[in-house]
Amino acid sequence: MDFEFTEEQRLLRESLDRLLGDSYAFAKRKTYLAEPGGFSRAMWAQYAEMGLLGLPFAEADGGFGGGGIETMVVMEALGRVIALEPYLATVVLAGTALKLAGSAAQKAALIPQIVDGSLRLAVAHGERQARYDLNDVITTATRSGSGWRLDGSKSVVTHGDSADRLIVSARVSGERHDADGIGLFLVDPQASGVARRAYPMRDGTHAADIALSGVDAEALGEPGAGLPVIERVVEAGIAATSAEAVGAMETMLNMTVEYMKTRVQFGKPIGENQALQHRATEMMIAMEQGRSLAMLAAVMVEDENAAQRRHDLSTTKVGVGQAARFVSQNAVQLHGGIGMTDEYAVGHYFRRCMVIEHSFGDTAYHLAKLAAQIA
Amino acid sequence: MDLRFSAEELAFRDELRAFIRDNLPADIRDKLRLGYAAEKEDTVRWQRILNKRNWAAYLWPQEWGGPGWTPIQRMIFLEENQLANAPDMQVFNITMIGPVLIQFGTDEQKQRFLPRAANVDDWWCQGFSEPGAGSDLAALKTAARRVGDEYVVNGQKIWTSTAHMADWCFCLVRTDPNAPKRQMGISFLLIDMKTPGITVRPIISIDGTHHLNEVFFDDVRVPVSMRVGEENKGWDVAKYLLGNERTGIARIGRSKERLQSAKDKAREVMQNGRPLIDDPIFRQRLAQFEVDIKALDITNLRVISAHDKNKGSGRPDPLTSVLKIKGTELLQSTTEMVMDVGGPLSMPDWAAELQALSNEPELGPAWPAETTRSYLMLRAASIYGGTNEIMKNIVSKAVLGL
Repeated sequence: MDFEFTEEQRLLRESLDRLLGDSYAFAKRKTYLAEPGGFSRAMWAQYAEMGLLGLPFAEADGGFGGGGIETMVVMEALGRVIALEPYLATVVLAGTALKLAGSAAQKAALIPQIVDGSLRLAVAHGERQARYDLNDVITTATRSGSGWRLDGSKSVVTHGDSADRLIVSARVSGERHDADGIGLFLVDPQASGVARRAYPMRDGTHAADIALSGVDAEALGEPGAGLPVIERVVEAGIAATSAEAVGAMETMLNMTVEYMKTRVQFGKPIGENQALQHRATEMMIAMEQGRSLAMLAAVMVEDENAAQRRHDLSTTKVGVGQAARFVSQNAVQLHGGIGMTDEYAVGHYFRRCMVIEHSFGDTAYHLAKLAAQIA
Repeated sequence: MDLRFSAEELAFRDELRAFIRDNLPADIRDKLRLGYAAEKEDTVRWQRILNKRNWAAYLWPQEWGGPGWTPIQRMIFLEENQLANAPDMQVFNITMIGPVLIQFGTDEQKQRFLPRAANVDDWWCQGFSEPGAGSDLAALKTAARRVGDEYVVNGQKIWTSTAHMADWCFCLVRTDPNAPKRQMGISFLLIDMKTPGITVRPIISIDGTHHLNEVFFDDVRVPVSMRVGEENKGWDVAKYLLGNERTGIARIGRSKERLQSAKDKAREVMQNGRPLIDDPIFRQRLAQFEVDIKALDITNLRVISAHDKNKGSGRPDPLTSVLKIKGTELLQSTTEMVMDVGGPLSMPDWAAELQALSNEPELGPAWPAETTRSYLMLRAASIYGGTNEIMKNIVSKAVLGL
């Protein structure tokens, strides 16, 4: 048992906090939001320079061989400033799919471009009718010469508007809910037959719905055996966004406590009121319980024991989702009116946590999964 | 970072598990599994078995009859003991007066009291709270006036658990009523409960048992040699003691055992023609507890790991308060759930009826009534050792700086 970070992990955290502290002041973040795609390309280049974009890839593939803990360190830091860049979409989600399903040639072609910052990806899996069910895929893939042709549509694809390449799931055989018969495919979003409709999410990050009609695609992994890969992609997303939510909770709690010390009403700082002190303490407790589970997810996300891994990731999703909802709602509440304004940061953290909770299966979805697993 | 137990830690756990399985008297195990509280005789019997291995004083150093375990080993020991339905160690002896004497006691005090505390040859109780000094402990008034080489003690303590069966009481008393700060006039005394002038009166608690007492001191003479630490410095001793009291207070092993118990009983109990465990709403309640317990489990390990690292820094970990608050909440609510599984049979208070020898047909199982009793008793868990509200005051001040 060991809760210590290694020296490298500590350095990673410090240098990233330093970079983000300098370049992610809330006013700057607003300018990044206004850039195309809703994030900063300059920051993306800095991440590449720091080696962040290659972190989870094997050294043999041109990466730095990091694991779940390193991703946790990065995501927590990004969460503290609610960074806008598509680290989750490109490095975590698409990166996991590439690592698990990519051929040697595909890895050799794509990973170096991810690492140097020239290629951004998005995973297009969700469909309108599917809600959170990963096996619910209607989009079809049919053979076309040596490749494949995709038809269907994908819903709420995070950073799908600006990605240079898409990883799209589609059914090669079977019925709508069959676990077998789902494949993953690489799609060039500029290819003919791809129509992207972009929109902002509630937290300001961008997403797109993507319609595919007769789109040429290249298989990623064995067509038909894609669901286990998709499950791992989602698990990686849960672990990463849980750490991000912990970072966001940290900032919200700090802002709230700071505000309680300075906001004067009835002639004294509102932080002198016991009811508010206790609420802030309960926020801290929720955050720390959430942090414990984010650590669990970071450790378990690469575990080979699939049943235990799934169980622990669902546990984390539930616990962190509840913690983040409690902390963000009370952060707004304790701020009062200012917490309601778009101008003030806390509401942006609130909205990021709301988006995280509804990604990869919400609290109720995973709680029901856990309940079904009780022996 | 690695949240798994090491091979050595697993071997240690297996050794403990096997020892407890082979040595815990079956009558005690069955009694606690049904929800009955351990009685004095049960605690003494089990603790003496453990003490033969030097395990009873699980958080003491080897020099004084403990095993010299690391915090992680202590945690494993507590959890295995709780999961096995074994009685807890006598808490006043092991987690309170023992560490206090090791830290602050004279050699004579250590040699006289520590071996007997480890073996429960002496049963200790804690004389802290008073009618006017509950959460505000420093308001205590029980006075100790120095006369030659004795203190003469007058006053009253309350909520004194097991005072009626205790041989000794460690007490906070006021030795300087004129101290500039209330905390500066307090001393820590060891009082023999057989001393003339001590009267113990029972308080029956809402679970119907006699656990709590009032203790009256009327010109009770206590040798000065029974003072621990310097005169008027008793508050430091008390703070050290409360810090220890709050570690291990999460009792996660017991919450896990209660959760398991709820599952086991819910397989037997029928609702709408099906086992209760099949009810989706009940299953969600179980699942929610699994999430909360898992989080607390890791928080607990984080505290222990930080403790290992900061040994000797003397700074309490802010997460300790999290453990106390969440740990007691979970112990209460998992027990509540077992009670709810009992359904209508959780209402009767028929322990005496069940234990009486009789030819009448059996009334019903003992566990629902006994679970209700422990549910009632455990309402105290968020009150003793600093109410959870006081804990929140401490966190907001010491951790959040409010």
